This record gives sequence, C-alpha cells and structure tokens, in this order.
Amino acid sequence: MTTLNVNGKGVSVDADPDTPLLWVLRDHLNMTGTKYGCGMALCGACTVHVNGQPARSCSTPLSAAAGKRITTIEGIGQTKEGKALQSAWVENDVPQCGYCQSGQIMSAAALLAKVKRPTDAEIDGAMSGNVCRCGTYNRIRVAIRTAARNVK
Amino acid sequence: MNAFEIVNLSRRDFLKAGAGLTLGIAVPDALAQMAGPGQGGGSSAAAGTFEPNAFVRIGTDNTVTVIVKHLEMGQGTFTGLPTLVAEELDADWGQIRAEGAPADASRYNNLFMGAVQGTGGSTAMANSYEQMRKAGAAARAMLVAAAAERWKVAPDSITVARGAVMHPPSNRRANFGQLAASAAKMPVPQEVKLKDPKDFALIGRRTPRTDSRAKSNGTAIYTQDVKLPGMLTALVAHPPRFGGKPKSFDAEKAKAVKGVVDVVAIPQGVAVLANDFWSAKKGRDALTVEWEESGAFKLGSAEIMAEYKKLAATPGLPARKEGDPAGALGRAAKTLEAAYEFPYLAHACMEPMNCVVKLSADACEIWNGEQFQSIDQPEVAAVLGMKPEQVKLNMLFAGGSFGRRANPHADYVVEAVQIAKAIGGRAPVKLVWTREDDMRAGSYRPMYYHALKAGLDAQGNIIAWQHRIVGQSILGGTVFEGMMVKDGIDATSVEGAANLPYAVPNLGVDLHSPKMGVPVQWWRSVGSTHTAFSTETFLDELALAAGKDPYQVRRALLAKSPRHKAVLEMAATEADWTTPLVSARVGERRGRGIAVHESFNTVVAQVAEVTVRRDGSWRVDRVMCAVDCGVAVNPDVIRAQMESGIVYGLTAAMYGAITLKDGVVEQSNFHDYMPLRMNEMPRIGVYIARSNEKPTGVGEPATPVIAPAVVNALFAATGKPIRSLPIRIQT
Repeated sequence: MTTLNVNGKGVSVDADPDTPLLWVLRDHLNMTGTKYGCGMALCGACTVHVNGQPARSCSTPLSAAAGKRITTIEGIGQTKEGKALQSAWVENDVPQCGYCQSGQIMSAAALLAKVKRPTDAEIDGAMSGNVCRCGTYNRIRVAIRTAARNVK
Repeated sequence: MNAFEIVNLSRRDFLKAGAGLTLGIAVPDALAQMAGPGQGGGSSAAAGTFEPNAFVRIGTDNTVTVIVKHLEMGQGTFTGLPTLVAEELDADWGQIRAEGAPADASRYNNLFMGAVQGTGGSTAMANSYEQMRKAGAAARAMLVAAAAERWKVAPDSITVARGAVMHPPSNRRANFGQLAASAAKMPVPQEVKLKDPKDFALIGRRTPRTDSRAKSNGTAIYTQDVKLPGMLTALVAHPPRFGGKPKSFDAEKAKAVKGVVDVVAIPQGVAVLANDFWSAKKGRDALTVEWEESGAFKLGSAEIMAEYKKLAATPGLPARKEGDPAGALGRAAKTLEAAYEFPYLAHACMEPMNCVVKLSADACEIWNGEQFQSIDQPEVAAVLGMKPEQVKLNMLFAGGSFGRRANPHADYVVEAVQIAKAIGGRAPVKLVWTREDDMRAGSYRPMYYHALKAGLDAQGNIIAWQHRIVGQSILGGTVFEGMMVKDGIDATSVEGAANLPYAVPNLGVDLHSPKMGVPVQWWRSVGSTHTAFSTETFLDELALAAGKDPYQVRRALLAKSPRHKAVLEMAATEADWTTPLVSARVGERRGRGIAVHESFNTVVAQVAEVTVRRDGSWRVDRVMCAVDCGVAVNPDVIRAQMESGIVYGLTAAMYGAITLKDGVVEQSNFHDYMPLRMNEMPRIGVYIARSNEKPTGVGEPATPVIAPAVVNALFAATGKPIRSLPIRIQT
C-alpha cells in the first residue's frame, strides 16, 4: 500500500509503484477529472500539481508521488487561483469538447500561483505544453487574463 | 422537409415522477416503433438515470430538459439546439438542461439524412432549426392553455416571458413547473406559429454554453470516465499493417501480469483484459502475437503517390464539364500547370477512441461519444445476432471527433463489442485505444494528388480550367455508396472543385478513385480539405501570371455569386487589404493572402498575414475570418467554431502528415504528428454576415480556408508557390 495526499486528504492505494499517477487517480481513486491524452507527457491533458508544481501525471510513477501533496482538477477550486480560473473559463465559454480543459486549468493555476499578472510570453511558456485540438487557445489566454485580474 | 406530428408523450404513460409535460415530434408513421423508458442517454447515464423519449421535458421542479439528438463534441449542439426550444418556449435560459437522445431514428433522425440518425456534415443546427422551435412552441401553447383553464381567462390574454406565464390584467403568474402537470393534459396543437425573427430574445444573442461549468471542474463525463461494477479495461494488440490478422499468440507472460484477467483473440487483433488500464497496458506489452499478413497492405506513401501521378496522366471520370476546356487551353495566350500533393491525415481527437459495452443474453448497452447511431446500432446487432433495437446506445460527451467517431463501419465500437462477446459477456468491457493505437488505426483523410491546368487570354482572363483529382473514395464500400456515389463520382472527392464558384467559361473536373488498403474517412470539411487548397492557391498563381491582385481577381469572377462576393469583401475590408502591410524587420518578409470557399452551405473567407524569417521559419500573425452561415443563432459559438476550424486546418497545413513505409504507419503520438500549440497561435478576428436565411453549418467550413489563405500569404512573401501539404518552405 502506498499513501498519497490528494487534495488535502490522505489515501491508501494498492497499485504497483510503477503505475502512473494518472491511472492511480482514475482507476484506483475514481477521480476521472484528470484525463488521458497521450501517455508521453506531450499533451498536458493529465496535468496535476505535485507539491504545487505542475506535473504530467501520465509520466509520474506512483512511487514518485508518494508522500507528496497532489492537487487535481477536483481540488483546484479550493485555491484562489483555481477558483478564479474556473469562473473565468465559464465566463468566457472556453471549453469546446472540454477534454483538455482540466489540464489547461491546472497549468494555468500553477502559473498564476507563481506570477500574478503573466505576460503573453509567460502564458505561452506555461501553456504550450497543453494541447487543445479544438483550438481554444485564444480564449484560454483571455480567461487567464480575466482570472489574473480576479484572484482575490 | 418532412411533415411532423406533435405527440403528447405524457399521455402515453411515459410520465414519471417529477416530469410533467413531455412533448415529442415524430414522423407520422413512426409512432409504433417508439421505445419505452430505459432508452435514455445523457451525461448522467453512467449513474443509470432513465428518461422518457422526447425533445422537451418540463419538470414539476421548473426545469426544462431539452433532448438533443446530436452529439456534443465541442461544436455546441448542447447549447444551440436548446436555444431553439427555449426561444419559442419563452423559457429562462437558466432553467434549461440538455440531455443526449437515445438511439431511435424514428424520432431522432437527422432531417438532412433521411431516416438516418447521426451527426455530421455540419448539419446539427441547420436540420433542427424548425424542428426544435416547433417543439418549443407546442410546449408553450400547452402551458398557455393550462394557465387559461386554471385562471378562466382567454389564452390570447396570456403572455410568456423568461419562464413566467402571466395574465397581466389580473396580475396572475405561474412558472412552468407549476403548470406542467396540467399542461400535460392539454391537447397538442396541430399547428404552431413560430416567432417573427424580430421578436427573438435568444436567437442572435450569446447564450452561455450549457456545458462550460462541467467541463471546467472535471465533472463532465466522457466515455473514458465510465466505470461500471466489475468492468474490465481492454487494450488490443492490432496488426502492424492494415489487413493483417492474428495467426497465433502466446499469452503466458501477459496473463502473469498482476491485474490481467484474460487474453482473447478477436477479428481485429488480440485483446488483453485487466482490472485497470495500466495492468492491461503491461499485459499487452508482454504479449507476443504472430500475424497473418498475406492480405496485408504493404505499400508506402511514396509508392502510393507514384501510382496517383501515373493515373493523373490519363483522363478520369467527368465530374463537371462546362464549355470546351481542352479547346480553350489550346487557344489560350498563356497556360499554367500545377500539381498538388496531400498526405493522409489522422483526426487525433484529444480523447482517443474508446467504448464501454455491457452485454447480457438479450441486450447490449453501449456508452460512447455516439455520433452515428444508424450505423453503430445495426453493426453491433449484426455481431451479436441481435435486433438493432436490442442495442442501447448512451450518447456521452465526446472529447473531439472531427468526423472520426462517425465511422462508416463502426470500427472501434464493433471492436469493443467483439471483446465483450469473446468473454461471453461475463463482465462489462471498456475498450481503450492508446494514443498510438488511435494514430495508427487508419480511417484517415485520404491522400490526394491534384493536377490543374488553366489558360489565360491576352488580357489575363481565365478562359480554361482543367482540374484532375486522384484519391481514394471515402464513400466506396460504405452504406452511403448507393446514395452519394453517382456515375462513379464520389461527391465527397470533388466537392469544392466540381462546384467551383468562379465564372470560368470552359471548365472541366475529373476524378480517379483508386483503391488502396488504407481505411479512409471524412475528416473535418471532407473534400474541401484538399479542393479548397488546390483551387484557391492555383488561382493566386494565375493572378500573378496575369499581373492582377488576387482579391480583385476573385471579386470579378464572383460577380454572379453575391454571397461569396460579400463574404470575400468583408474579410478584405476587415484586413485593410488595400493598405500595404507594415514592413517587416530586417531579414524578414511579410505577406498577406486571401481565400474564399463554400462548404456545407456556408461561405467563409479568410485573410492571413504571415512573417517569414531569414532562416525560413515563419508564423501566422493574424487571421481575419468572415462567414455567412445564415441566421447567427449564437454568434459566440460561431466565433468559437471559426477559431476552432482555423486552428484545426492550420495545424494540418503546418504539420499534418500520416505516412506509410512498407504499409506501416510511421507516426504514433504528438511528437511526430504535431498539434499547433499556444505559442504558435495567430490573432483571429471573426466577422459574421447579417442574414435572415436559415442557419447553415459552422463546425467545418472554416477549416478548409486557412491553408490556402496562409499559403497565398507565404507565396506573396516569398514569391515561391507551395503545392504540397504540410507546408515546407525552401530557403
């Protein structure tokens, strides 16, 4: 059994230590907000925070996550950045198919936690690892700016 | 358009606790086939919710649930179709809920596809525009009748606005929920009057998407998220080449992996079933399979293209002929020729294909981003020896599709069912394709080769145009072949070319449809993905040869196509076409390109501005996109779809290519089939033409226009034509 701290709660998981955190969350903990897109850290759909840093959970083995603070899309609304971002996403109708948006919001939340008013270049830097095949990028940029203004 | 009968489903004992008025519109002779409760779909289907069949359901809790017959894959059906109902119902947008329809073509057929239930061809809004408004108007009339009876007043003294039914003279009011039970007893109006467009309260304005919140907090349920008690996850080892089959396999090591439950052969390959994804993946990695490849396809992309070029030297089947193209070419003052090459393209949806199947002795239940009920249901039934109506399809949110989930052979759905069948239905099965499986599964946009010739007279007018297209037929071998392949011409191979809008007196389009063992399929905007490119970039080469401005050349040729011309002018005006571009930095070149194209009855024009750096790298700085899609039901969704189509088309233009070597697909994931990313995004402006015509599609028509607009801009910047996609700039 491996012990994890997910969204502030301690949980025990019976999975091989090489199991990617993504599948631990989805298959073992039934937290399906974090998505599978590529399995190679190429698309960012699986982005979570590990000790506050954005991480691709598809390429983070359980053994590397043990004992660390994991935050997922299900918990990010508890942070002021996450809350502002989720509101801004809705206000700007960012999602289309929506499948990548959990990861987008997690990457954006990590950015805003570090940089209060990111420039376009900083947004590009933080968000270019997250693919959206529906092409919502310009709205994501607008929503990040909206959220940055509204973080209280 | 079909004649409709509006039926009061409440009276047919479909009423259940909490649901008051239930209304459906059915084609007259289809009533007997109505499915009973239990056919419900919707995003909550995983939790086992059951709903009655209808377009509109008003609960005693004052919610209005709109049953949406078209898949929500990002394009906005769960917002647009409910908007139509809400408009005529005079509902408050906040009380509207959207729910996916079950498989039942007798009521949920696509009115543009005859008896077929499916989503595609950018038809969701267009075919539903009157149908859904009538459903809303009928519900409104019954609510009014109920209020009139209750208050003992004349129905025409009652008003409805934003979900409130009111009798102003007596100052009485009620909400829909309070009237629902009584309204359910009212006779269904035989005819309903739809609003005058000037009275629209929702249509033409931005109504917020119904799915934004769930898609921003991780609660939206996709097929990938469905988990049933005892469910097994299946990964399939597929043959390395199309047409291969499993000959034998050794499952010993796979079965030794913790969590692996079973390994079974199916026609598509060998399936490894496990308690979870990662165990199934490790099991598949440990599996060894020997493949039967006698019928496998073994050509590479280069060999395929060489065959296409050979074919292009001979005339194909005529798709259009005006005047005498050959004769006019012979007497032209100047002739130009160009050939264009297009690769296979994968759809690469963010959610790779997947499907959940639960099998019992007399039923099969499926959870899927269900796009093509009228294909999937009979295909599944055939595999199981069941009747189609024994197959229940739950339509969940799809993580993108771009055409992929409407597979004409139900490929991945049938694969999932084969696995469930192979284990005797002893557990529900979730088939998951990894990104690599998805990328290599075929059903691509076909490769094409185009050869164009044109003749100019001494004044530079285009007097001849000869267009030859070579590429696989998408419809050949599908159930649509009889309907949409006429005289050997697959309409989807030549759309956008055979209906070239330009006034060219001598025009010929012909087609070769060679057979290849690579599965192909419609890909966002289908034939226009290649025809818009060759026609619109060739036109710029002709304009240059004639010494004319590409925009003015188009304007003149579109004098008798007012819709095209207006949209073209709108894009040019917004882009300040006549004002030279701001000069580039030293060593950089800038260019501006324009293109216009009609697809799915919608006309889109785009102007792209590019910067080419000294090293040959380049970027698109800005795109101005004008669109005429009839009545703009939701301008914000239209803007989103234009942005989306541009990104999708630009991604393919910049990077998209699936290539084969000895029959094996060379790409596997997003590192070698690259998507456009945030840092490469151009600024995009969308301009929507005012129109009172019925709405036309918006999901696809922006896609084909961006590649020619960008390539024309690069041509303007560098002086070098680009005739193959993806774009490669020679420095």
